[in-house]
Amino acid sequence: MSVIYMDNAATSWPKPAETMAAINHYNDMIGGSPGRSGHRLSVDAGRCVIDAREALAELFGISNPLRIVFTGNATEALNIAIFGFLAAGDHVITSGMEHNSVMRPLRALEQQGVDVTVIPCSPRGEIDPGDVEKAIGAATRAIYLTHASNVTGTIMPIADVGAIAREKGIMFCVDAAQSAGAVPLDVEDMKIDFLAFTGHKSLFGPQGTGGFYVADGFAKNIRPIMMGGTGSRSESEEHPDFLPDKFEPGTVNGIGIAGLGAGVRFILDRGVDHIRNHEMGLTDMLILGLGEIPGVVVHGGRDARRQTTAVSFSIETVSPAAIALILDEEYQIMSRPGLQCAPAAHRTIGTFPVGTVRLSPGYFTSEDDIGRALSAIAAIAGRIVRL
Amino acid sequence: MNVSKSYMILLFDSTSATLLAEKVLKKEGIPIKIIPVPRHISSDCGVCIRVSPQDREKIEELLADVVDRAEICVL
Repeated sequence: MSVIYMDNAATSWPKPAETMAAINHYNDMIGGSPGRSGHRLSVDAGRCVIDAREALAELFGISNPLRIVFTGNATEALNIAIFGFLAAGDHVITSGMEHNSVMRPLRALEQQGVDVTVIPCSPRGEIDPGDVEKAIGAATRAIYLTHASNVTGTIMPIADVGAIAREKGIMFCVDAAQSAGAVPLDVEDMKIDFLAFTGHKSLFGPQGTGGFYVADGFAKNIRPIMMGGTGSRSESEEHPDFLPDKFEPGTVNGIGIAGLGAGVRFILDRGVDHIRNHEMGLTDMLILGLGEIPGVVVHGGRDARRQTTAVSFSIETVSPAAIALILDEEYQIMSRPGLQCAPAAHRTIGTFPVGTVRLSPGYFTSEDDIGRALSAIAAIAGRIVRL
Repeated sequence: MNVSKSYMILLFDSTSATLLAEKVLKKEGIPIKIIPVPRHISSDCGVCIRVSPQDREKIEELLADVVDRAEICVL
């Protein structure tokens, strides 16, 4: 029996054939250092990188592709937005549904005098934008908010919070690791100042790709957390202050970015709405099916229209790790048990410290796969009930 | 490419900006060539765009909204 991959919230798999074709083409025919030399293989490598910037800019409603910076992953992008922007005495706001890629940098800065307000969310994982507005004070410099929870899939009211941040003139940083490519995103409409994305989830790129968009007004106020060679202004021993070079020291992951660019084109060719509709149908089927199994508790909002494909569930009295092991070994179903690197979110939904089992179908998941997963979980839950 | 006796060099901040400008100009059918930055213009190790001076006006118009800074050297 073939493997059923339901861990797309961790990394998407399989990747589109287009992604792999672009990676192979880069390896076979290009292979130079992007932006470093003048020979044709270097220039062609640079062209792959600029093509990917353009595709991402189109996807996120960004007019200037040079405002897209590549990093190794969303975590690195978020670290730049946090460590590069804040100083002792600053106040920042975040939510009770954040991943550790936001929480750990903020908690570290808290030790150094940054004042952090964590807005509590409902047990369903939802935030009230009014609570965010009330928390803003004179020293507030930024709001860091996930677009979609990696535990419950809950989609946050980004446009509402963006409007509040814009009105107050504070930086609005969105963690789009779970949403980019899967949920419509527009930095202008949603008033996003800093958008951190990963390449290897719903953007269909390989692991080791990611990046961010930063708005004109904030780029100059963010310090690079690394400096080095950029292929530009080589005569100077001062690091450049223009985008994207300011935040792209060292050779970028050219071969990975070539794959990422192809992954984003795959999305643009089909349309985010088409992908979203397909994934909503699968999520709906999963939530409804799990809800009908005796002994199974589904966490979060339980509404496919208001979440991504990430669905967390528990079977009373059985540890998530045990369920995930049975799913893998007996049913060839890949899931993610535990806290999913988001202890704050589990505290919010009441599943800390045990955690949950998370299933996250993807664009390449079929309804048949969902059916097989539901049968497997029903069998496991039935076994427990009989005990 | 129709390059007569003189030609013009477009210099940008970064390779990213250079290759973005290349895409914009190519799309409009303007004859261009990517070349390493000539040593007597700048010690930068990057690339620049060689164009014909007769396209100058159109190029300036096309790139106005695309890149922040561009230097033009007529050689």
